[in-house]
Amino acid sequence: MYQYDTFDHQLLADRVAEFSDQVDRRLSGALTEDQFRPLRLMNGLYLEMHAYMLRVAIPYGVLSSRQLRGLAAVARTWDKGYGHFTTRQNIQFNWPRLTDVPQILQALADVEMHAIQTSGACIRNVTIDPFAGVAGDEIADPRPWAEIIRQWSTLHPEFAFLPRKFKIAISGAIEDRAAVRFHDIGLRVIRNDAGDLGFRVWVGGGLGRTPRVARELREFLPAAQILGYLEAALRVYNLHGRRDNKYKARIKILVDEIGIEAYRDQVEAEWHAAGGPTLEVPEAEIARVADFFAAPDYANLPDATVELARWRAADSGFDAWATHNILTHRAPGYAAVTISLKPVGGIPGDITADQMEAVADLADRYSLGELRATKEQNLVLPNVRQDQLHALWSALRSLDLETANKGRITDIISCPGQDYCSLANARSIPVAQEISRRFADRRRLDTLGPITLNVSGCINACGHHHVGNIGLLGVDKRGAEAYQLVLGGDAGEADASVAQITGRAMTAEEAVDAVEVAAAVYLDRRQDAETFIQTFRRIGVTPFKEAIDAAR
Amino acid sequence: MPLVKLTSTGALSAPVADWPLLAEDADVPPSGPVLVPLATWLAGRETLKNRPDTGVWLAAGDDATALGADLPAVVAVRFAAFTDGRGYSQARLLRERLGFAGELRAVGDVLIDQARFLGRSGFDAFQVAEGTDLVHFEAALGRFSVVYQSAADRATPVIALRHPLHRSAAE
Repeated sequence: MYQYDTFDHQLLADRVAEFSDQVDRRLSGALTEDQFRPLRLMNGLYLEMHAYMLRVAIPYGVLSSRQLRGLAAVARTWDKGYGHFTTRQNIQFNWPRLTDVPQILQALADVEMHAIQTSGACIRNVTIDPFAGVAGDEIADPRPWAEIIRQWSTLHPEFAFLPRKFKIAISGAIEDRAAVRFHDIGLRVIRNDAGDLGFRVWVGGGLGRTPRVARELREFLPAAQILGYLEAALRVYNLHGRRDNKYKARIKILVDEIGIEAYRDQVEAEWHAAGGPTLEVPEAEIARVADFFAAPDYANLPDATVELARWRAADSGFDAWATHNILTHRAPGYAAVTISLKPVGGIPGDITADQMEAVADLADRYSLGELRATKEQNLVLPNVRQDQLHALWSALRSLDLETANKGRITDIISCPGQDYCSLANARSIPVAQEISRRFADRRRLDTLGPITLNVSGCINACGHHHVGNIGLLGVDKRGAEAYQLVLGGDAGEADASVAQITGRAMTAEEAVDAVEVAAAVYLDRRQDAETFIQTFRRIGVTPFKEAIDAAR
Repeated sequence: MPLVKLTSTGALSAPVADWPLLAEDADVPPSGPVLVPLATWLAGRETLKNRPDTGVWLAAGDDATALGADLPAVVAVRFAAFTDGRGYSQARLLRERLGFAGELRAVGDVLIDQARFLGRSGFDAFQVAEGTDLVHFEAALGRFSVVYQSAADRATPVIALRHPLHRSAAE
């Protein structure tokens, strides 16, 4: 993974000093809260229901065991002993004191981490496929490009006060695991007919109150030209995006209002006026960054087919885990393992400091010291020897981290909801917990197959309910919390779609029942080996609506 | 309000008097320093450019490139609110697209914590509120010894420091 050089360290030291000074001036009263607010947000510090919340970036989801220990230390020393992994490859601490934040930032800087631009109207943490560099279906590794974009966007002087936040995602594999069409800009790594590496550029995707599937901005952009092109795209947005209404300030609305053709023309004109294709990232820098992501020295191993079959036959728990939580690795004899942070009845994405330290040890022992954070709020050990899978599983079991549900209905993505967040209308977590308990049975999970289920506590859609195969949206119904059930969302690039509303809002209990009904309709109507989303696409929302209405 | 200027050493000058911003529909006064709106400048450029102590001020929605090649000595970009970041793009367009080499003033809601963004975007004069801690403002301008991207200031981006031979390509 990327290692800081002296420049990277110096920049972070300067930033820690700057934010410490800003906190001092806030505490002395030299800064008003209105003046301090955008500054603290630019550093991931929110003022929530009960306390400050600090959001720390895990740049493009790549994490070392040393960094995870650093996060555990933050949780233990300055918070309440746990952290919460988010849908944007960040981690949140829910109880820091303002006066401690400078020290926390210093501790993070010591392990090459920070909270820069994890919030605010600026370019946020770039997110990518959590299986980058190890997935069997990869075209090219997105990590070097994510790091290059991270550096370019960090403290960018022109784009610190955009109309609204700006999120960039990159997908480097055939299957899009980064939801590129639901970001302000989505980059899909491709090769053109000549075999040159480049990006297909999507723009104006997003969730929130106005969900939009991104539109194509450019069919092919040579990879080395990415920074100049992004600068042009951001400049047009900075100058012309709406600033009169925060709900209409995202780039998706600008693209809606002027049209994709007009936006594209402006970006191309701006890009060419600034130098266009001549603005390249120097080859030497691309090579320098790419070197950090070179494949590790994998042992020359055969696939552990015999051992795996034996372990599966001997233990149904291992069998379930191996079925759900392992992704094919590009290196023979290796596996990429998902550690589900969705135990039955648990809080999606939460992990204790003790678990973080234990997982860091497992990463050292079994995964070359590296981990990934996923937008599904799980962790990944990307480089596990297949012949060590059983030992790893046993170790995870002793930590209560062996839940076998990746990509299943109980692998629930959920926002923190009203328990923490000052924007929420509803408590997302208890609903997620109830669904998790309702579907805990392993046979039910197997029967239902791959289903994504997302819970958002309000229309801001942090739980990404718009792209859930099944989504729940918390709403305020005459002062009481209620949930709307939506169906048919898909985050992947090829079939990107926004979920459709099934009917009136319900109580939390009714909503969980309605999820059961939707699952039953699928099982009743599916043909052959259809997944939930395939059946939904074939029969449409109506049979689900009717069954849910009939059951109420 | 005090106006401070960046000197060649990177320090700030002692405060001097600012120039008034002429309202959009007001007549240009017969004498005295003044910053006129973009439309006023474009309509009366031939006479205004010979008037002493006369510059242009841009509102956030103005197209900076409309100033074209025939530039005044002073341009002010007005920040109606510090959270409105259009002025940074306007400044870079003036410096990098139009080659504006005159004095570029940030006026309006200009606070210490914008200083480094303003300096990097090409501003070299800052009209700050009465009582602003100018020592702090100067320190904020020089807070970062490392920058990741090229902009309108003279700071060398890290990429060029890492690869001295490729310097021109990085900038």
